Amino acid sequence: MSGNSSEPDQSFEKRLRDARGRQGLDAPDASAPTADNSAMGAGLRVGVELVSALAVATAIGWGLDRWLHTLPLFLIVFVLLGGAAGVLNVWRQMMPRPGR
Amino acid sequence: MVAGGPFKIEPLEQFILHRVPLLGVVNFTQANLYMVIGAALVLALLYYGAKPAALVPGRLQAAAEMSYDFAYRMCIDQIGQEGKRYFPFVFTLFFFVLMGNMLGLIPFTFTYTSHIAITGALAIMVIVVVTGVALAEHGWHFFSYFFPPGAPKLLAPLIVPIEIISYLSRPVSLSIRLFANMVAGHVMFAVFATFVVMLGSAGGILLIGAAGPLALNVVLMGFELLVAALQAYVFAILTCIYLHDAVHLH
Repeated sequence: MSGNSSEPDQSFEKRLRDARGRQGLDAPDASAPTADNSAMGAGLRVGVELVSALAVATAIGWGLDRWLHTLPLFLIVFVLLGGAAGVLNVWRQMMPRPGR
Repeated sequence: MVAGGPFKIEPLEQFILHRVPLLGVVNFTQANLYMVIGAALVLALLYYGAKPAALVPGRLQAAAEMSYDFAYRMCIDQIGQEGKRYFPFVFTLFFFVLMGNMLGLIPFTFTYTSHIAITGALAIMVIVVVTGVALAEHGWHFFSYFFPPGAPKLLAPLIVPIEIISYLSRPVSLSIRLFANMVAGHVMFAVFATFVVMLGSAGGILLIGAAGPLALNVVLMGFELLVAALQAYVFAILTCIYLHDAVHLH
């Protein structure tokens, strides 16, 4: 009796797993960072990333200029860097992350 | 919407803050009120869900256990085994945002996540916590995060500012994403609802036309339920990803 108790246990675990999988109770593999793959959602995400990086960079550049009284210099440099950082953000979001 | 006079579309009126005469002295607005309600609902779910402690859970207990398990697994999956330490933070954040999004979908309520002040404060809190975790875990070594290993040293003056901007833009994009999604959804609700009233009050054949935007709003409600859950999920999972970066650096 006690000898074969592990057998039905395993089959029960398997059946439970299968049933949960059928019902979609187990969350799908969350390796994708964001769940919505619709074109609209992707476009909005990319836009937000680009704009926010540019906004932060512009703010930094303008702040440095204001502080050092070199008005157009750092603004120009940081707008370019901000564009690059925005593309980097998008790249990081769209590419599968290494090591996971 | 203010009734009376010619009907105007004022979709942004719903976001105006009003003082709630609950605590007379402080500037306690309906946003604060709904934040308190949202937090109380989460606490109530956990308290009354955990109370029976039955072996076979009832509906409430199942909901509480599943929400706990969901956030717990999200931490483990995204951060790794170290993620258990940050589970309370992620759980709180996820359900606070979820409650804000969901409560706002009930008619005559207020969506506190539709204010950039609130999403911005949440995002700044996330980034401060993440940076604090990274500094506590790695000390000064944390700053090597801004220079990926293996990159040519010559490019450092270019890469380091870009990485710093990218890091600083995280709270901005995190807050704008949530806030913009919520505002967009609620503005659409208001616009279509106004169409219903305008067409309906025009009378005659236009009364039949009012069914169009009404049906659209019903569909939109389903869509907004999805967006509400999804945006809370995105907020929480991005927090997890940032925490992963903080714990593991590169």
